Amino acid sequence: MKVAITSTGNTLESKLDQRFGRCAFFTVYDTETKGLEFIPNPNKDVQEGAGPASVQLVASRNVGKIISGEFGIKIKPLLDSLKIQMIVLKEPEKSIQEIINMLNK
Amino acid sequence: MSPRPFRLRKISNPPVVSGFKPYGHKKDSGRSDSIFLHLEEYEALRLCDFKMLNHKQASVYMAVSRPTLTRIYSRARQKVAEALVLGKQIIIEGGKVYFDSEWFSCKACGCNFNNPDKPEEIKECPLCKSMNISNYVQDNEPEQY
Repeated sequence: MKVAITSTGNTLESKLDQRFGRCAFFTVYDTETKGLEFIPNPNKDVQEGAGPASVQLVASRNVGKIISGEFGIKIKPLLDSLKIQMIVLKEPEKSIQEIINMLNK
Repeated sequence: MSPRPFRLRKISNPPVVSGFKPYGHKKDSGRSDSIFLHLEEYEALRLCDFKMLNHKQASVYMAVSRPTLTRIYSRARQKVAEALVLGKQIIIEGGKVYFDSEWFSCKACGCNFNNPDKPEEIKECPLCKSMNISNYVQDNEPEQY
């Protein structure tokens, strides 16, 4: 299953981004093939509707779970209908590598 | 300037029924009208009248301010009273809310997660695979007086 993690940068040492819609990068990690992909978020600086646009971007990669610090109010119904699981992790100091290690445990 | 965003009301569990129907109309008035009781109004009634909390305590459970809770509550009483007096159906529906029962927390890694795939029961944390998880409702539900 593919997992999207919101990230502040495009390296494994980057920290988890606490926002979903306006995070800097999405890390898409495949738990089966161990493949990793960094996608820059085009909605980083938009005024409105960053959340739904980001949902579309992430859903186009067929992810099953999203890990982020917080989700806005427009996002939950969208993700519910797409059957994507939300994981809220309120630890801004965790790096992408640490989260991937947790997923592989 | 756009108005300040609306705060979502927190509800622990969806109601067990989706509405109430009156029976035995005295007058031959045909089908009765219906009234929409919003989910947040149902929750306010549940907390204030069933769990016997005061408005301040109930407002904390619904993640709104005390005055907002009182407004929701008085609207709820008004609607229920109208349904009783005029013999209207009550349909519990609508309102901008989210359910606590959809959320789980993991005691091992401290993350929160939901379960969009309803029929399948969640047994382990999707992040750290720990079995030490709990539903939000069990943690937060007030005791009944």
